[in-house]
Amino acid sequence: MSSIDQKKQNEIGFVSNLLLNFMFLVCVVLCVAPLLLVIAISVTDEKAIRDNGYSFIPAVFSSKGYDYLLTAGDAIWHAYGVSIFVTVVGTILSLFVICMYAYPLSRSNFKYKNQFAFFAFFTMIFGGGLVPWYIVYTQMVPIKNTIWILIVPYLMNTWFMMIMRTFYKTTVPESIIESARIDGAGEFRTFFIIVLPLCKAGLATIGLFCTLNYWNDYYLPLVFVSDSKNYNIQYLMYQTLNMVQNLLSSSNQAMNVNEILANLPSESVRMAIAVISVGPIVLAYPFFQKYFIKGLTIGAVKG
Amino acid sequence: MDSATALGTPAVKKKKNGLLYQLRTNWPLFAMLTPGVIILIINNYIPMFGIIIAFKRYRFFGSFFESLIQSDWIGLKNFEFFTKTPYAFQMTRNTLLYNAVFIVLGLIIPVFFAIALNEIRSKRLSKLYQSFIFLPYFLSWIVVSYLAYSLFSIESGFINKNILAPLGIAPVEWYSESVYWPFILVFFQLWKYTGYNVVVYLAAISGIDPEYYEAAEIDGATKWQQIRLITIPLLQNLMIILTLLAVGRIFNADFGLFYNVPRNSGSISSVTMVIDTYVYNALRNTNNIGMASAAGTYQAVIGCITVFTANLIVRKIDKESALF
Repeated sequence: MSSIDQKKQNEIGFVSNLLLNFMFLVCVVLCVAPLLLVIAISVTDEKAIRDNGYSFIPAVFSSKGYDYLLTAGDAIWHAYGVSIFVTVVGTILSLFVICMYAYPLSRSNFKYKNQFAFFAFFTMIFGGGLVPWYIVYTQMVPIKNTIWILIVPYLMNTWFMMIMRTFYKTTVPESIIESARIDGAGEFRTFFIIVLPLCKAGLATIGLFCTLNYWNDYYLPLVFVSDSKNYNIQYLMYQTLNMVQNLLSSSNQAMNVNEILANLPSESVRMAIAVISVGPIVLAYPFFQKYFIKGLTIGAVKG
Repeated sequence: MDSATALGTPAVKKKKNGLLYQLRTNWPLFAMLTPGVIILIINNYIPMFGIIIAFKRYRFFGSFFESLIQSDWIGLKNFEFFTKTPYAFQMTRNTLLYNAVFIVLGLIIPVFFAIALNEIRSKRLSKLYQSFIFLPYFLSWIVVSYLAYSLFSIESGFINKNILAPLGIAPVEWYSESVYWPFILVFFQLWKYTGYNVVVYLAAISGIDPEYYEAAEIDGATKWQQIRLITIPLLQNLMIILTLLAVGRIFNADFGLFYNVPRNSGSISSVTMVIDTYVYNALRNTNNIGMASAAGTYQAVIGCITVFTANLIVRKIDKESALF
């Protein structure tokens, strides 16, 4: 009891508390405001945007942006589908690759664990750079024009692998593995039936790391994809924003600006795409936050 | 194996330690490693050999390895051309300076925030603030570029239309005025990553034994003294290690930030071009493999040296935290 009382007394002063709270309130506003602005634009009437510019409070409310997405956004939904496919398949496959690679490295009696660990770590120290990497995927591995180009390069991630190894080391006692072996279970059986179920938190953490990696990826399509059938939602957004810039920068030449603006994908539609691309992450944010904190804690303490 | 024989270790023991014996008895473990090894070879190790592209006039001869061998050697020509461009200095300066600023602010601000979040009286508010500050980390750079665009767009951006116009200030052509970009880029980098770093430091703070604080309080230490004499010294190792690892990667810029937020606008490239964006543009937009590979190799080699050095120092401080 007395220790609880003491803890209550061991606090910062009233004024400092107030100041810190105020500071964090400002930070929260800074973090959320740009997102709110994009949401506000997505529900603002097109003409109101042209007259008043982007604003936090829609001058004239309109759901046209979302109506357009629902009725005419074939390319958008296709890209959305590509993103979902890549994220689901990519996450499952890379969980598989990462968890299997990390497991032998966590076993103290595996003789070559340091060699294989270094084989992975070395890629964090030295790399060939973009050019040879690009050439390998365009000229050696023939997947440039398939959806696999958005999955394969991210299958193995050394940093995630190291975190998973720590998960194994801290949650699976060697004695359990040893007793499974004595009971006659093979390595694969032990791994899938005993070890993995014990590491559910680790699987969730690494799985969410991979999910975010795949969902937010714009880099692989930026480097490799030329065929619009393999655009994911991020890259589609990138293209949409750029299209506007290119058209406007050539606008002084012949056409008049209004004519171009009339043909553009409307401002609210563009922001509506941004909103639906962030949607899944915001909806699942409590999970993301919980498991990322778990993973970062392990990564920070031992990584 | 050879040294074992030389030392006169019994033959049985030698056999048990041999690779073949290990492969036979532990084959499931090797099998588990295989998918990862294959991906690492394709994705990382084969491209490492591709570094010789920088010393060749690369032409395509039907297959990757054939092209690698058959292309003509031109020695350091690519590097000579590269260093003669004004970009070589510019991109190196930008990469180093931006990263230096990111490292300093990425240390001070998150540590301050983490300590402050830990000290705020209401734990529920503290959790809430943390959730909001962490949120930007989960947005893609493309989304961040949309957010930036909605603020800075020349025709209808929030700042031009709803802040400057009411004040009677003429609209600013944000995407072509280079003076603002160092601040904008630093802002968005901090905006996206501060929450992430705060979480890392908060995790370390929550690992501190509360008995230290209780004892200090009994001795009459003020809150400020406790922070200065307990919290910060106990965070010191983590601070040094994370900073050193960041210094090791000082030649690697965040491509997403420098490419997407300024939207690859040419007129501000003198302050937004970093090595990574130059390499990308040289390869994909101007199709200059020679220049791109020269810049990429330059970055890879120097980057390797800095990472290696930083890691050596980290190892001296705390062996567990070193990368290797």
